[in-house]
Amino acid sequence: MEANSVGYWKATLGLLTKIMIIWFLVSYGAGILFQPVLDTIKIGGYPLGFWFAQQGSIYIFIALIFYYAKKMGEIDRKFDVHED
Amino acid sequence: MELQTLTYLVVGASFALYIGIAIWARAGSTSEFYVAGGGVHPITNGMATAADWMSAASFISMAGLIANMGYGGSLFLMGWTGGYVILAMWLAPYLRKFGKFTVPQFIGDRYYSKSASTVAVICLLTASITYVIGQMTGVGVAFSRFLGVSNETGIYLGMAIVFAYAVFGGMKGITYTQVAQYVVLIAAYTIPAIFISLNLTGNVLPQLGLGGSLVGTDATLLERLNQIVVDLGFAEYTTSLPGSRLNMFVYTVSLMIGTAGLPHVIIRFFTVPKVSDARYSAGWALVFIAILYTTAPAVAAMAKYNLHQTVNTAVATGGDLHAPESSLVYDERPAWMQRWEKTGLLKWEDKNGDGRIQYYNDATKNAEAAGKAEQAGWKGNELTVNADIMVMANPEIALLPNWVIALVAAGGVAAALSTAAGLLLAISSAVSHDLIKNVIKPDISEKGELMAGKLSMVGAIVLAGYLGLNPPGFAAGTVALAFGIAASSLFPAIMMGIFSKKMNKEGAMAGMLSGLFVTLFYVFAHKGLFFIKGTEFVDLIGGPNSFFGITPEAFGAIGALVNFAVAYVVDKVTKEPPEHIQHLVESVRIPRGSKAVDGAH
Repeated sequence: MEANSVGYWKATLGLLTKIMIIWFLVSYGAGILFQPVLDTIKIGGYPLGFWFAQQGSIYIFIALIFYYAKKMGEIDRKFDVHED
Repeated sequence: MELQTLTYLVVGASFALYIGIAIWARAGSTSEFYVAGGGVHPITNGMATAADWMSAASFISMAGLIANMGYGGSLFLMGWTGGYVILAMWLAPYLRKFGKFTVPQFIGDRYYSKSASTVAVICLLTASITYVIGQMTGVGVAFSRFLGVSNETGIYLGMAIVFAYAVFGGMKGITYTQVAQYVVLIAAYTIPAIFISLNLTGNVLPQLGLGGSLVGTDATLLERLNQIVVDLGFAEYTTSLPGSRLNMFVYTVSLMIGTAGLPHVIIRFFTVPKVSDARYSAGWALVFIAILYTTAPAVAAMAKYNLHQTVNTAVATGGDLHAPESSLVYDERPAWMQRWEKTGLLKWEDKNGDGRIQYYNDATKNAEAAGKAEQAGWKGNELTVNADIMVMANPEIALLPNWVIALVAAGGVAAALSTAAGLLLAISSAVSHDLIKNVIKPDISEKGELMAGKLSMVGAIVLAGYLGLNPPGFAAGTVALAFGIAASSLFPAIMMGIFSKKMNKEGAMAGMLSGLFVTLFYVFAHKGLFFIKGTEFVDLIGGPNSFFGITPEAFGAIGALVNFAVAYVVDKVTKEPPEHIQHLVESVRIPRGSKAVDGAH
């Protein structure tokens, strides 16, 4: 059980790290730090960096939370700590 | 029908709807709405959370500020949505497993100390009251326009109505009322946006319209807007920064972690049935929030374009913006300007005596724009438009039908009231339950506790209303300060409570107090002691934004760093938390064994 809970926590933190990297890249990366570079690319009438800051990052945030909820469910089951 | 009558009717009908649902839901069953939310579907719960979360700052103020700030305004969009990712992954499931009803209760138990809980109450009150000030600013805008009175009168009336609403109280926490509020609010926000997007760009979806071309031309909306505002001396819309890129970065961090530290948001996730539901409900909440948040930047850019188009006829024709006949003749101004002049939030002053309205940036650093303005005989900007009126005025500026304008008034009132009432309840429960009942006077009667709660509500409203008369900034800016306070004080303590088994009470308390103190010190230096005008001491810290150009609204992220650092050091030199607390932290990390929340009241 002890090894199990250590493994569970490790798997959880691994997933969180992966998601936080994407979270950081789309908002702080594409939306702020690399905005001037990305703005040279246009999608429709949007400069790309501006699009990430005002639209894209929000859509990706939503996808990240649902991905997280799904993956955590799988991890819960794998380590047998789920609620059902 | 006349606009004023129609507005009363629509606002009145929306109130009747909320009250009707409250009565209907009450007749069914009461308790399950408050506690585990037994039969409430995660999607329904997500809608209710979204209504709770989106306040006057989101609805009334945010798009106006984005219109002013352009690209820099993205910090509100990313900050107030990105925080949900942190909330969903780092806090919500674990706090749900912990099974307490309020943040001070969590802090008190995890840090095995009533003093820690008291410190958390102080942080919570500071953040919530600042938040309410921002709400009152928004309430003032909504009511002054809705009733056609001055902004001050609007705030007084708003105070009275918020009080009645909060004391009537039961409405809050009833999921279906909030769902109704969400529907009114989101309809009021998106319908005018769709109309305006269709008018300007031919796109039904504002999210696409913002990136679209202006009807009948090849120029995209954003390109044309950039040209106009630069020509008039403003910063380029799609690239303007709030001070600096660093400030934008730090500001966004502050709003994100503040979202995850604000008690009235966190509470929503204590009441879902299971840990796994806590994860999904944050996702659904964000879906419903995103409908408004992805529309807002379109509203901002289009409102700004329409405003310029109204006061300068050359905007639409592509002619010379500086030609004398391009500026709108004051006597021929549209009715909406006259209506907003009554509130005092829109003002005109004829500086060059030509009877026309010149709206431009007279403090521009752009020499070309300044030269053109001078050549045209412009003697300074003549139109002052309070950023907070942009959303409410938006359908009027675009000359949309009266029922749309009335609907927006109803939406603004709903947004301001629901969040203000929710915050007041959080304040009253923190004072009456977490402070008086748990610490000061444990033997207080239930009646006495209730009375203390009501009194603290009155106190909070009067204080917030008074400060709302001379607000420390626009509604969204003031709310951002509240986020900074939550970010610097509560967020680190909650985080460390979950993710560090060894963090002890001394560390947590020292961290919270120093984070709060540093942030308040920097904020008060700019905005006055306790936000009272005239008590600023900005020279003492070496001038405005002296800390690497960071604005006070963004300083919460720095405060949080101080909090973490102090907590770490103090924790190292004091003794470890007891064994059972370390086990408690381990059990919080695992979903199995979650039970219904206790300590509800």
